[in-house]
Amino acid sequence: MKRKSKNPENRLGHLMSLPYTLYFLLFVGFPLVFSFILIFHKWNVITPMEWVGLRNFIRLSQDKLFFQSILNTLKFLIIHIPLQIVVALLLAVLLNQKIKARGFFRAVYFLPVIVSGVVITLLWRQLYAYDSGLLNTLLTKLGLSRIPWITHPDWAMPSIAIMATWKNVGLYIVLFLVGLQGIPRYLYEAAEIDGARPVQQFFFITLPALNSTIVLVIILSTIGGFSLFIEPFVMTGGGPVNSTLSAMLYIYNQAFYFGHMGYAATLGFFFAVIVLIIVLIQKKLVEQKDT
Amino acid sequence: MKKFWIYLFLIVGGLIFAYPFLWMISASFKPEMEISHVGLWSSHYTLESYKAVMHKIPIWRSLFNSLFVSSCVTLSVIFFGSIVGYALSRLRFFGRDLILGVILFTMVIPFQITLIPMYILMVKFGWVDSYAALIVPGMISTFGILLFRQFFLDIPQDLIDAARIDGCNDLMILFRIFWPLSRPVIITVGIISFMGSWNDVLWPLIVIRVRELMTMPQMVTLFAVGGQAEAQLGAELAAATLLAVPIILVYAFFQRYFIESMATTGLKN
Repeated sequence: MKRKSKNPENRLGHLMSLPYTLYFLLFVGFPLVFSFILIFHKWNVITPMEWVGLRNFIRLSQDKLFFQSILNTLKFLIIHIPLQIVVALLLAVLLNQKIKARGFFRAVYFLPVIVSGVVITLLWRQLYAYDSGLLNTLLTKLGLSRIPWITHPDWAMPSIAIMATWKNVGLYIVLFLVGLQGIPRYLYEAAEIDGARPVQQFFFITLPALNSTIVLVIILSTIGGFSLFIEPFVMTGGGPVNSTLSAMLYIYNQAFYFGHMGYAATLGFFFAVIVLIIVLIQKKLVEQKDT
Repeated sequence: MKKFWIYLFLIVGGLIFAYPFLWMISASFKPEMEISHVGLWSSHYTLESYKAVMHKIPIWRSLFNSLFVSSCVTLSVIFFGSIVGYALSRLRFFGRDLILGVILFTMVIPFQITLIPMYILMVKFGWVDSYAALIVPGMISTFGILLFRQFFLDIPQDLIDAARIDGCNDLMILFRIFWPLSRPVIITVGIISFMGSWNDVLWPLIVIRVRELMTMPQMVTLFAVGGQAEAQLGAELAAATLLAVPIILVYAFFQRYFIESMATTGLKN
């Protein structure tokens, strides 16, 4: 039943997609074009824009702090992603056994996912506190020494990565559970007949079958990790000694603390390109594996 | 025996995820001296911390702001998402595939690139320090459009043909026939946009400076970071608890929908 008279549907179609068209022009198209203009200018919003040519890029190439903030973000990802996958897989496999109250456990593990990152960070700031924090109190009770969770440059970013894992892992448990439930039972039955132990079953059946879910988890947490902002903003303010200064926090400071709009736009542009390249490489690697 | 270890592990895991929240709620009622205690019990429960929060910041006003902003965003995302989704799935018009291509393309663009220009746009519109800056840029979600489109594609054509014979136009078909069928999508899109809007802090921090218009997460963040809490742990935890409790309460009743919605979002991306 395709109507041949084109005109009325043409008009209606355009009218009904108008909200998106407007949204795109205003909030996607214009900002994109404008960011191209902005990166060649110096501007603090109040005084007129000043053309500076490529000076923003030259400044960027010499901005050690910006590169450190990117390295910090990568450090976060390198700890966060593997930790997340291991913990999520472990809990998902356990939840996938024949157990009671599966829904209850799943709901509990998922709880931090829905709560605001601000709450999580304020809460963990107390857990991590050096003198009176819960974790150090527990450690000293066990006869161990205190850990400078967020007060030592070597510990601060890993601590934030642990907290982020605690917050997000519930979502990935659920994704892995969906993946696990898609694995046909007969594979395990056949393996059992062949005498494969549970560990072997895990590595030769479960893990390969979850390949696409693992990739999805990696991509999702990469995108999330690159936008790391509120956690260091609240927890450490980027310190100690800039060890938790994430790229987003640095861009935010440049724009809204120092008022360097042109330069911040350049940083954002450059950083977005890095994010895009890394995510696209990840996707490419997957497609190659699938074929 | 094996079952025992599984349960033990799951329960320990459950405590690791749940106990910090219980501790936070309990600590927010404890006097400042007892906050560092690991246990939940105190014989001196008090409302002092909450009084301090309410005294220092307009926390209820920020709760109202957050509720208002997130509700407007959510309703709008559902309304416009279904309209555009309908056009992209059920109407044939010139440029449809182009729009679809643009939508898929824009989903790849990292937000870091548009953040600063978006702020400048708000300045130029005169929207800084207004609800408009918090609501209007969030009124459309490409993800919402795609979810509605996908769902509408699977609705049988017969239904539409029958409705047309009964004299329904496209808008009537959308709102009287498609909407009642779309409960699962509406719930998913609703939960995702509400949570996204409710939990967002970066954007409010950028466009709102006056206290009367701050959203709740923003208010609590600045309370803790900006030194207003004066290092009173109890007050910080009380503010955090007030921010967490509404969404935990909703979650307690609808946790299945939350989990399913968030899982579909992950899987569809």
